[in-house]
Amino acid sequence: MAAQVLRRKTLANLSAHSSSLFSKSSFSLQRFISTLVLGEHEGGSIKAQSLSAVVAAKSLGEDNSISMLLAGSGPSVQEAARYAASCHPSISQVIVADSDTFMYPLAEPCAKLVHLIQQKGGYSHIMATSSSFGKNILPRAAALLDVSPITDVIEISGPQLFVRPIYAGNAFCTVRYTGAEPCMLTIRSTSFPVPVTSANSKSDVAPISQVDLSTFGEDKVCKSKYVNHTSQDSERPDLSNARIVVTGGRALKSAENFKMIEKLAEKLGAAVGATRAAVDAGFVPNELQVGQTGKIVAPELYMAFGVSGAIQHLAGMRDSKVIVAVNKDADAPIFQVADYGLVGDLFEVIPELLEKLPEKK
Amino acid sequence: MKIMVAIKRVVDYAVKIRVKPDKSGVETSNVKMSMNPFCEIGLEEALRIKESGLASEVIAVSMGPSQCVDTLRTGLAMGADRAIHVESSAILYPLSVAKLLKALVDVEKPGLLILGKQAIDDDCNQTGQMVAGLLNWPQGTFASKVYEPVVLDKQREVATVEREVDGGLETLCLDLPAVITTDLRLNQPRYATLPNIMKAKSKVIKKFTPQELNVDIKSDLEVVQVTEPPKRKAGVIVSSVDDLIDKLKNEAHVI
Repeated sequence: MAAQVLRRKTLANLSAHSSSLFSKSSFSLQRFISTLVLGEHEGGSIKAQSLSAVVAAKSLGEDNSISMLLAGSGPSVQEAARYAASCHPSISQVIVADSDTFMYPLAEPCAKLVHLIQQKGGYSHIMATSSSFGKNILPRAAALLDVSPITDVIEISGPQLFVRPIYAGNAFCTVRYTGAEPCMLTIRSTSFPVPVTSANSKSDVAPISQVDLSTFGEDKVCKSKYVNHTSQDSERPDLSNARIVVTGGRALKSAENFKMIEKLAEKLGAAVGATRAAVDAGFVPNELQVGQTGKIVAPELYMAFGVSGAIQHLAGMRDSKVIVAVNKDADAPIFQVADYGLVGDLFEVIPELLEKLPEKK
Repeated sequence: MKIMVAIKRVVDYAVKIRVKPDKSGVETSNVKMSMNPFCEIGLEEALRIKESGLASEVIAVSMGPSQCVDTLRTGLAMGADRAIHVESSAILYPLSVAKLLKALVDVEKPGLLILGKQAIDDDCNQTGQMVAGLLNWPQGTFASKVYEPVVLDKQREVATVEREVDGGLETLCLDLPAVITTDLRLNQPRYATLPNIMKAKSKVIKKFTPQELNVDIKSDLEVVQVTEPPKRKAGVIVSSVDDLIDKLKNEAHVI
């Protein structure tokens, strides 16, 4: 709070001096940038996607102090905090909210926490990754702070100037934020890749502070309760950041046939993706869906088998470096975005690929 | 209980949009407009809950210019009991929509507020979360299944919602009143039948303005420009699997 007051006073004093005293060339009004990143943790570690938010925060401006906020319960969040404190040189502080209230990442207490931390810390920016976690929580927190958030940002052109996709990525919208602090955004992790740091690079360990939750106040009645969750345990790489993705569409015809996609993914060390049609038909679970309302991916190589290439699917994969499409229909829209297209029957092509592809390195 | 459903008029999902040459936005004149698919799903869910006897009334709400009435009539034809149109020719960003919805909720006092998870024009995915925050109601976003609301002891009514999240499916139990935003697999919306389309003509659409609802819709966002995404380089058709593997290995260097 004190920092915020001091900053406001400083800015007010500076602007009170007219431009006759400070010419634009000799003095630049540096807006002090401080960013709170709402981090996602799992198994005592920080999710890679949250580090994309740190990378994005860095691009807001050179002088930017970045704090990562972690909410959780018990040893796992404390371990995640220790990980966060030394996993990226740009994180200058880790803030931990440790309570049973945060056992599961429910939007209601998490948004309230962000509100509390903002009131204490007076950040100029609050960021999260555009994952289901960030998308669920950040807008609610923005409403509590009475500011418009900017979601799914793919490019940061200035501290208040952002580019985001609209119409399923068929247009890009440049938006300027003209409101009061904090400026709140979610970023697309595929647009802010985390550079691989060498194992030997050492970064200073950031201080970890524990949030005083004594005034947090449990609502008398717990309004939202976590019941359970399902997930697929897989040894395959995570779809969101795999180097290669192999996707199947409805043309696979059955869950049994979809196993061919899985075998090919296995051979390539790839993640498995699916179109909405394949998920709707029950071939695979929902978390494999790539598209406008599913996952956005941008792998080195995206291979689409039996995928027609609907606008909504393209929205999820058009930023892939190399796109390969295999489809029986030469007129399928997917061939318009594919770098390499093969018109053929996937039930013949996939076995042939399995036979002829080199073993993964 | 009453269920309020927010619906938005958007460019139809099948339309190939064009960016205006002056970069001020996307071409929407003379383009087919429809009810946002996610909003349709939200309205369908509300109607099913009502048909199972757990709600007395479904109110459809839309905000924007006069053409919103068309979308509301479609909603009424699907089966909503009445509709509310908040008329505004100014651009309404999600925070303004959320504030207007809160004002309407304060008037109508529904037990459930259902919205689509995102509008397919701006793809924001914000409004449901924001209005839930303003109302201090629990939220069940990206819902792929809503179990019938159940009254527990002491008059406490809850709804169990299964949500699609990055890692799979998450189930939450929400105390009502609550906000739910719908995901694609929640249901298959019904078509409006001709008799219902005729009946809809006599259903009530109440009009409000933001001023009447005491909501200030000035915005803290400004659209600077709208541009086309960079075009991908044209690709090639390969003749065989051997050719494909060769290109991927020796030309693209991805395997």
